[in-house]
Amino acid sequence: MFGYYVELGLRSLKRNPLLTALMVMAIGFGVAASMITWSVFRAVSGNPIPEKSNQLYTALIDSRGPNYNNKGEPPSALNYTDAVALIKAHKAEHQTLLYSVSLSVLPQSGDSLPFTAGGYATNADFFSMFDTPFQYGGAWNASDDDGHAAVVVISHELNEQLFGGANSVGREVTLGMHNYRIVGVTAHWDPKPRYYDLFDGNEFGEPVQIYIPFNRAMDLQIDTAGTNNCGTLMDYGSGRDAWVHGECVWIPFWVELPTAADATQYRDFLTAYSDEQRRGGRFHWAPNVRLRNVTNWLDYQHVVPSESRISLMVSVGFFVICLINTIGLLLAKFMRRAPEIGVRRALGAPRRQIYGQFLIEAATVGLAGGLMGLLLTAVGMLGVGLLFESAIARLAHLDLSLVALTMVVAIFATVLAAFYPAWRAAQVQPAWQLKSN
Amino acid sequence: MQIKPILAAMRHHRAGTVLIALQIALTLAIVCNALFIIQQRMARVSRPSGVDESNLFVIENFWADQSSPQRIDAQMRADLLALRQLGSVQDVAPANSFPMHGSGWDNFVKTTPDPIRPTLDSAIYFSDDHTLATLGVSLIGGRNFTSSEVGSQTPPDPMLASEVIISKALAQTAFPHESALGKTIYVSGGNHPSTVIGVTNTLQAHTVASWMNNYAYNAILLPARLLTDRTYYLVRSRPGQLAAAMHDAPRALFAQSRMRIINPKDGVMSFAQVRKAAYGRDLGMAILMGIVSLVLLAITAAGIVGLTSFWVGQRRKQIGIRRALGATRHDILSYFLTENLLIGISGVVIGAVLAFAINLWMVTQFEMARLSLAYVSIGVIALLLLGQGAVLAPAVRASNVPPVEATRSV
Repeated sequence: MFGYYVELGLRSLKRNPLLTALMVMAIGFGVAASMITWSVFRAVSGNPIPEKSNQLYTALIDSRGPNYNNKGEPPSALNYTDAVALIKAHKAEHQTLLYSVSLSVLPQSGDSLPFTAGGYATNADFFSMFDTPFQYGGAWNASDDDGHAAVVVISHELNEQLFGGANSVGREVTLGMHNYRIVGVTAHWDPKPRYYDLFDGNEFGEPVQIYIPFNRAMDLQIDTAGTNNCGTLMDYGSGRDAWVHGECVWIPFWVELPTAADATQYRDFLTAYSDEQRRGGRFHWAPNVRLRNVTNWLDYQHVVPSESRISLMVSVGFFVICLINTIGLLLAKFMRRAPEIGVRRALGAPRRQIYGQFLIEAATVGLAGGLMGLLLTAVGMLGVGLLFESAIARLAHLDLSLVALTMVVAIFATVLAAFYPAWRAAQVQPAWQLKSN
Repeated sequence: MQIKPILAAMRHHRAGTVLIALQIALTLAIVCNALFIIQQRMARVSRPSGVDESNLFVIENFWADQSSPQRIDAQMRADLLALRQLGSVQDVAPANSFPMHGSGWDNFVKTTPDPIRPTLDSAIYFSDDHTLATLGVSLIGGRNFTSSEVGSQTPPDPMLASEVIISKALAQTAFPHESALGKTIYVSGGNHPSTVIGVTNTLQAHTVASWMNNYAYNAILLPARLLTDRTYYLVRSRPGQLAAAMHDAPRALFAQSRMRIINPKDGVMSFAQVRKAAYGRDLGMAILMGIVSLVLLAITAAGIVGLTSFWVGQRRKQIGIRRALGATRHDILSYFLTENLLIGISGVVIGAVLAFAINLWMVTQFEMARLSLAYVSIGVIALLLLGQGAVLAPAVRASNVPPVEATRSV
């Protein structure tokens, strides 16, 4: 019976081509708008490190006090003094600090032009904490950090560009006129949003190309290429040293705390540290610290652009209207066949059968709408660059799961919309229909 | 036209009536808010930057050899001279940032040296005596920097300029009801005073991000070349020679020295490109809302056509009877138009309430302004007209039903 109903459904699609086209278009547009905006939303709101997002925490310390902080919130990164002090205290098993750098790369061959490479000055724990995958070699180790070693980890892409993809571990590269020994080449790795560096506004930035030891970068007086937030207290004196040891914040700081108890303990440590600074005369206020895990940090920093939320909601609203439209049109389509229903009922078909027939017919409409929606989604994906900035548009893509979702949503929603019209069809009184015939 | 029989007839096809009314209500609610979003975004996009955008472009120059501040300073002077000698170039100025760039420096400024909580944020533009002429920004009071006033600065050092030029908006906020010229302001957070020697016409800050909204036109020009790894050159071409200047300028720079990096992809950007990048999100949002509104209206209209056609088909016999009893074609036509108008009115009433409710919720969730009554009014009229337009074709078909239809059994 199922196959027969599907066949009937397909035949009925052809019967009122205009009405059918209208429904298919409505479902197609509705589902396509929802899928396009959903693909963008899914890309910007995804969890970039699902298995560890509850174990990685960024620590913040209010080094400015109630009169100069941001409505009671500490600044969104640490200053040099606090970052280095927390690293030295070593109260978490894994801890890292980082700042954004941009260095010139001098290619080996004389005829290519120099170019800039962006990346981070950080420590050895960075790679294990954030699960950086390696193609060749690996991270540098803690002794390289302590020894201020001139080592570098480069990205798969930079390795392609400089060494044609060969294993370059052990070779030298010139960054900012200084030589570094390559210890590792990462596999392609570009978590989005880049949760560990929201401070610099790099959540959807260009992929990272280089990682160098923090201590080495400080020795070479490499300035941050990212944000330097001095708040309203910019009077730190004169010269680089005064700036480094002043209250400007520019260093995101992360710790790995496997259990909730570890997190509580670390929070207590931050409070104790702040209190110690107060007793030492540096802070003149009660400890005000924050410890946020990846999920909370992404939330707090509003990583998902409001445009993405609004457009998703508008699209879903649009889809709902399309479905209401579909309910109306299905009602018209089904009720037009009241005489036919009357005959079937008179010949002994129970209501359940009528119900099933029309739901299956609706599903065939949904199937056609889904195919239409798939086509429109694919076209829309090409135009996503017009609607969202390129860094975000790049992330949206049509993959198998989206194709499946499009079809499932289209069919499911249409069948849902068909419940009322099908029920009405099943209520048709055979006697009346036969009489008027 | 008699309303009562229409209402009575509606009771017989309640579901369809409710569906159309609901569809009109939701469409109105979404279209009003979408139109409002479009207007808000376009108002942002069309804000002036104050600079002569059509002849202006910017070169992002990165020093490849990480050389000393002294050498950067010398190279910058040589670059500026070389660029100014180009035939297609009218003027050139060094910069750390520029309107709509997105990143740059902003400082809290004060009008007294006291360490009270400062609330006045302003973009900081490092400038020289050519900056105003390059940007095409005029002074509405005071004077420009002289070349002898222009110094240089390495970033971590505090900004100690004795003379500054400020934008009109900053002058009006910092010194309401009086002239800013000759007044003292504190730019670097410390107690180093700077004298305002000039006030510019409109000049936009370096970012269009929402956190800068309250200070969007605050700018301070400091007379110094900023000596960092990254230097921007603002170049104003002679009128109509933008393309030529954009072609010549990087070559002139590389002829000066090859130890520099100008990204081939986006190292040289016209201000049209700068504007597009700055407002990409706003424009995209406006386009999306526009598309959604249009398709939504089309679908709602199509839905009305579909259901009304069905009703007309169902009621052919009744229509025939009415015609046989003396109703004119016009009576039948106006019956369907009135019926649609009644459904439409109930729809837009619900829709208007819904539109305001959605807007109120968005105000709490996003930085959104209150929806003005004008948008809802426009939406209401548009949807009622749309309904009337959509129902016209089936209604005309209904009016063409011949009276003889009354005698046919099917």
